[in-house]
Formats: sequence, structure tokens, C-alpha cells
Amino acid sequence: MSVDSATVRRVAKLARIAVNDEDVTAMEAELNVILGFVEQLSEVDVTGVEPMTSVIPMAMKKREDQVTDGEKAEDVVANAPASEDHFFMVPKVVE
Amino acid sequence: MSDLTALTIAEARDKLSKKETSATELTNAYLAAIETANPVINAYVKVTADKARSMAKLSDEKIAKGEAGPLEGIPLGIKDLFATEGVHTQAASHILDGFEPRYESTVTANLFADGAVMLGKLNMDEFAMGSSNETSYYGPVKNPWRKKGSNMDLVPGGSSGGSAASVAAQLCAGATATDTGGSIRQPAALTGTVGIKPTYGRCSRWGIVAFASSLDQAGPIARDVRDAAILLKSMASVDPKDTTSVDREVPDYEAAVGRSVKGLKIGIPKEYRMDGMPAEIETLWQKGIAWLKDAGAEIVDVSLPHTKYALPAYYIVAPAEASSNLARYDGVRYGLRVSGKDIAEMYEKTRAEGFGREVKRRIMIGTYVLSAGYYDAYYLQAQKVRTLIKRDFETVYADGIDALLTPATPSAAFGIGDQDMAADPVKMYLNDVFTVTVNMAGLPGIAVPAGLDDGGLPLGLQLIGRPFDEETLFSLGSVIEKAAGRFTPAKWW
Repeated sequence: MSVDSATVRRVAKLARIAVNDEDVTAMEAELNVILGFVEQLSEVDVTGVEPMTSVIPMAMKKREDQVTDGEKAEDVVANAPASEDHFFMVPKVVE
Repeated sequence: MSDLTALTIAEARDKLSKKETSATELTNAYLAAIETANPVINAYVKVTADKARSMAKLSDEKIAKGEAGPLEGIPLGIKDLFATEGVHTQAASHILDGFEPRYESTVTANLFADGAVMLGKLNMDEFAMGSSNETSYYGPVKNPWRKKGSNMDLVPGGSSGGSAASVAAQLCAGATATDTGGSIRQPAALTGTVGIKPTYGRCSRWGIVAFASSLDQAGPIARDVRDAAILLKSMASVDPKDTTSVDREVPDYEAAVGRSVKGLKIGIPKEYRMDGMPAEIETLWQKGIAWLKDAGAEIVDVSLPHTKYALPAYYIVAPAEASSNLARYDGVRYGLRVSGKDIAEMYEKTRAEGFGREVKRRIMIGTYVLSAGYYDAYYLQAQKVRTLIKRDFETVYADGIDALLTPATPSAAFGIGDQDMAADPVKMYLNDVFTVTVNMAGLPGIAVPAGLDDGGLPLGLQLIGRPFDEETLFSLGSVIEKAAGRFTPAKWW
């Protein structure tokens, strides 16, 4: 399988990365090299093989249903590019 | 001064306990070495001199009171991927511009609780994506090693290139690193240092910037096998904050160093003998086999039939997980923000400017293989192949093999700005061909320097162990180290 420039633009949109024409041309070529490389996986017979979900067999860890953390609004927004009253500030999303 | 930076952790520990030196003297010696070398080597992206001195002062007080921890006063470098409270943590990316977390990663917290001193944050490939440390926003790291008679700058490997270079150039006593496809073992091999990626789940991933969560593991890069064992003992823990942290006591790894390997069965996987592999790598491998045999180990030829599929499967699984993990960098909660006319444009511009080329490439691949209609063909297929790769290892271990011996990398260090690698991303990816299988199966692997090539550059061998049997790797690694000797670059910086 290979990608064309329209697919590259669609994927960039999904990934929320702005691309210009030059980026698209470069990415199309690079992605096709990588997709060409991974293509060989299709020759492996995986009939009856379960997909890997965990490399180390272990039971899901659970903890007591208790409040153990919180009251850290100041810490949470400390690194925000824009914040006010412990809220993250973003451009208007609703007209 | 320089004598102090030449000490291994074990030697420094000994001198500190005998009061022949102090944590402050040791720390100042390293800070002086960094000041001279870092403008050239570029191993540190942030030197925390004041913090280091105050930590060292505290260590000296503890030593005086007889309350020294196992790493008391030992100056370490910390890969920029580890969250360090109030200190530069950017995964060497522009998108985390100015990020100083309000919390400490579990691994660094463990090290500091044991008395270690932080010298600063180490350069790396952006988000740990790379094998040459050239994708860093802070520019490439130079390998302290050069070819005989050449002044060409070489890469230290990656992604933990800063960790490996700083250990090799004696700019820290040891360093933290992480390994998703070979990022500890490959740079260790290229710089003549020792690097171990422990079993998945051995070190907590809490507070480590996530790349590919099912593959990421922290581990140390150190001057020798004993130092690696000392560091891993402190880094590893059982952590309720990481659900994949395994409930298993951390053994005394140092006790395994120098332990007899008599009677151990060492598998030599035939699939690691690759077409076009330099003769020097094959020779090195044969030497390693001979050394282990001399030490009483039994050598057995084995087969891991799905080896060649590990790298292509990795380049589906790792980008898929990365595309999901890196979705959080959106210009809202931390780091860089580039304004746009609306929120969607802000996201897109922030990510376009904040991520480097290799990171974007992997996010794109990951987004594509997870997108509607392609998931089964790519991601599901890759995860099934991963099961087969793991089964290969399980089969040989069930047959009584204790560990496997392979080359660590397909070549010695290459030049910064290598044209072949720059032109073809897959060529760069092939650096990890011997290491990536270990991540795919969640196993422990150690890279130990085993010799120099014709040009005088270090080459490493890799030992792969059973799950949670890092001890056997330290025992076997020390046999190779004893036979091969240690390798230190001649100072040119």
C-alpha cells in the first residue's frame, strides 16, 4: 500500500499538523519508503495468533477507591501558555 | 581534579566512605569538566550547577552523620526525558518550550532518595525518536570517540546520545537513559560504555515523557558493568503510580557481578548473522563466544525465526503509540503555543512548529496505520507478529537457554550528517536491528563494550536475558568486560 498527496493531507489534518505543499511532497516520499519497508509483514502467517496486548503477563493492578491526590490547581496550570483563575485559556471555540 | 572524574561509581563510593574525597569535591570536578567539554560535546542541554552543589552539600552532611545512602554524593546526568521538579524537562523538543514540571519522576526520585547528585539534563533525540542524537532541538551530540588519525565528528548513537557521550567523556559518573527500540544499548555500544535495558515493568515509567508506552523502559548507562548494576538497583522499584510496574522485589544486582557463569547455556541466534554485516562485527561475536566458553558457559546454536520482522513491526507499533501519546502537545496545557485564527489552527500551527521532522514523520505514520480501514492490515498484523517474536524467545528459553549473545549494533559510530542515513529514514532505523527484538518481547538486554574496530572505534556485544533475570546479564557482562577490558576515548576536546 502507498499514500498519495491527498492521503498525506488527510492524515496531517487528523494529526493536527499544519503542512504546506513542500511538506506534503517530502512526507509522501518518506512515508512511502517506510510503508514499503513494513510491507514485508504481510507475508507472515498469523492464522490463529493472538495480537500482543502485554509483554509481561500480569493482572490489572487496582487500588482502593479513595481520593489520594488533588487540590493542586496551581501546579496543574503552572506551565500553561495562558491561564486565568486556574482555567486554561484558549481561542474562542463557540461563536 | 580530573582524577576524580575518572573514578567509577564503585571507586568514588569507596573514596567517599573513607573520607578521601567529598561529594562537593567530586561534584565540582564534574562541573569543571562539563564547563570545558560541553560547548564541544553538547551532551548537556541544561547544567544545574547550583542544585548539584546544594545536593552535594547535603550528601556531605549525611556522610558525616553516617547516614549515607547507596549512591550518596554520586554525580549523575539525567536524560531530558525524565521529569525533574522545577528543572528543564523538554524531551529535547521545541514543543515543550519552557516546561518545568511540578513533580519528580519515580526513577529520579529513587536515585535522589539514595543520595545521588544531579548535574543537569542530558541531550537526546527529540522525544527519544532517533538513533544518532541528530533529531534534538538542541543540536547533535558529538561522540567523544574519533577514528584514528581523523578529526571527523561522529554521532554517539541515540536516542540516549547525551547520556552515552557524557559517561564516555567523564562528564558524569553515570547517567539515566531510556530504551524503546535500542536507545540505551545502541549509544552505549557506539561510545564504549555499558547500557542495560531492564525487563519491561522493572523501572517505573511514571514521570518519563511517553514515546511508545508498551516498549519504553528506563535503564542506566555507566562506565562499567558494576556501575550499571549499582545504578539499576536504585532506579528499579515497585511503583503504584505505574500500572505496568511489576510487583517484584528488586534484587542486589551488584552481587551478580563477577558471579560464575559455569554451566550457563548461551544461545547464539543464527538470524542475527546478517547479509552485509562487517567482518569485524562477526569477529567480535566469535571472540565473545570464546570468552564465555572459556568462563565455563555452554554455547548452543539457536533459531529465532521471526527476527527479521521485528524492525518492520516496531515501525508500526511504536509510531502508532507515539501518535496517540503525542496528541497531548496542543499548545494548551504546557510548552509552546503558536496562535491561529481559531483553536484548530492554533493546534496545527503549534504542532507544525513545535515538532521536528522525524517526530512529525512518526506521528504521521502512526496516525495513518491507526486510521479507519488500515488498522487491521497494519497495527493488528504487527501486534500478531509481535506475539510470534516473543514466542521465538519463549521457545529457546523453554529449551533451557539462559541468555543469548548477539552483536549490539550492525556498525561502529558513523559521521554526523551522514548523507545515506539522511536520505533514507529506513537506513537510520536499521541501526536498531539487533536491539529492537528485545523491546518487542519485553526482555532485558545489556550492551557491553567488547573491542575496537580497525579505525579504533568501540564495538559492543549484546546479551539478552530471561524476563527479570538481569542478574545473569550482569554476571555474563562482567565476563566479557574482564576479557575485553575497558575502553576510554583519548581526550581531544
